[in-house]
Amino acid sequence: MLKMRVIPCLDVKDGRVVKGVNFVDLVDAGDPVEQAKIYDAAGADELTFLDITASHENRDTLYDVVAKTAEACFMPLTVGGGVRKVEDIRKLLLAGADKVSINTAAVKDPDFVKEAATRFGDQCIVVSIDAKETAPGRFEIFTHGGREPTGIDAVAFARRMAENGAGELLVTSMDRDGTRAGYNIPLTRAIADAVTVPVIASGGVGTLDHLVEGIRDGHATAVLAASIFHFGLFTIAQAKAHMLAAGLPMRVEPHKQAM
Amino acid sequence: MSVAIIDYGAGNLKSAAKALAFAGRASNTDVVVTADPDQVAKADRIVLPGVGAFAECKRGLESKPGIVAALCEAVLQRGRPFLGICVGMQLMASVGVEYGEHPGLGWIKGRVVRLTPKDPALKIPQMGWNDLVLRRPQHPLFAGLASGVHGYFVHSYHYLVEDPAHLLAEVEYGGRVAAAIGRDNLAGVQFHPEKSQQVGLRLLANFLAWKP
Repeated sequence: MLKMRVIPCLDVKDGRVVKGVNFVDLVDAGDPVEQAKIYDAAGADELTFLDITASHENRDTLYDVVAKTAEACFMPLTVGGGVRKVEDIRKLLLAGADKVSINTAAVKDPDFVKEAATRFGDQCIVVSIDAKETAPGRFEIFTHGGREPTGIDAVAFARRMAENGAGELLVTSMDRDGTRAGYNIPLTRAIADAVTVPVIASGGVGTLDHLVEGIRDGHATAVLAASIFHFGLFTIAQAKAHMLAAGLPMRVEPHKQAM
Repeated sequence: MSVAIIDYGAGNLKSAAKALAFAGRASNTDVVVTADPDQVAKADRIVLPGVGAFAECKRGLESKPGIVAALCEAVLQRGRPFLGICVGMQLMASVGVEYGEHPGLGWIKGRVVRLTPKDPALKIPQMGWNDLVLRRPQHPLFAGLASGVHGYFVHSYHYLVEDPAHLLAEVEYGGRVAAAIGRDNLAGVQFHPEKSQQVGLRLLANFLAWKP
């Protein structure tokens, strides 16, 4: 049976983790590779890096971080943030990313997703959808970290992205992001029920019950969270144990070295 | 020992190369990513990775001069251990039906068809970790592994083997889906061992130690 996924997300800026746990025994808590190794050993099902580097000149540090992570972690790695051109995708995949998430560029030019999926395969193209609830049951795409409305209906956009070849959708509720009030379940569910591709719920996790809700009520098949893990509120193992206890299928394996 | 990873323009070659090098770090394994028929002929073991569409991968493979002939010679005539990963496994089929009917290498009789889970709520592609049911637990590829271990899957098409004896492992996804297939010196896995953490590394180490 396919298991539901728990995906920690690391914000990376100029090659350093911006928010992160001060894990004991960690030589350098700002090093994304060190953090990735911890999450790998902790049984995270995938890992996501979100590059929030302000200037594009510092982009090379990201490729370096991705390459070093792929060297040490044998788990799926998604990288997002600042992906604008086919060349950006190629570089990330060559560095060792397995999937690339596209946000603003997909809103500006939906055909960019088609081009990317044709060139690299649907399986590595994740479209990241940032939406706000503008009226009950009405969801609109926002860009620029939730500041700019676009007038685009989020559910219609999600359908179009799936048709254009997105292999997966990362759905972030901008009105919940950072609030710890839980995922926007109506948004997550509206999109998950509208497309055949997998949906990752994101934005607003504050408790372990929120993770359960994202899947049970939001119909996502994966949950992404940043701060609850970074600030050491909960461990990956606690998250998975809680979801398992709630009746969700989870991968819980001993993560000691098998060789 | 040398392992050749066939480079035909498909994705994640580096991931496969790094994971194989890591799995073989204790046994002096030399991993080369190559499209050179001579290097394929010289290799002790051969890995065919693959992501994307069946037809496109087949075309990519055929566009590399002499590579299909070198592969067939090494694997079928000289019995070199072979591992296909994801679409690399699917290419062993007689035929694939993704975007029209396309002949595969025809090494293990079967067809590659779209996933049609009985439960319509199940997503396509199947993406994530699924637990393996080993049909041939004694196969050397599974040394140290047992039913219940998880592999990481990303696929929309699956392999229907003609001869059930060629089915090494399955997963449940709204019906039975081939997770590993093989015969003689040939093996293929639908999941990505290079992305399956300890389970995947163990399988790759087993492949490197395999003496069919």
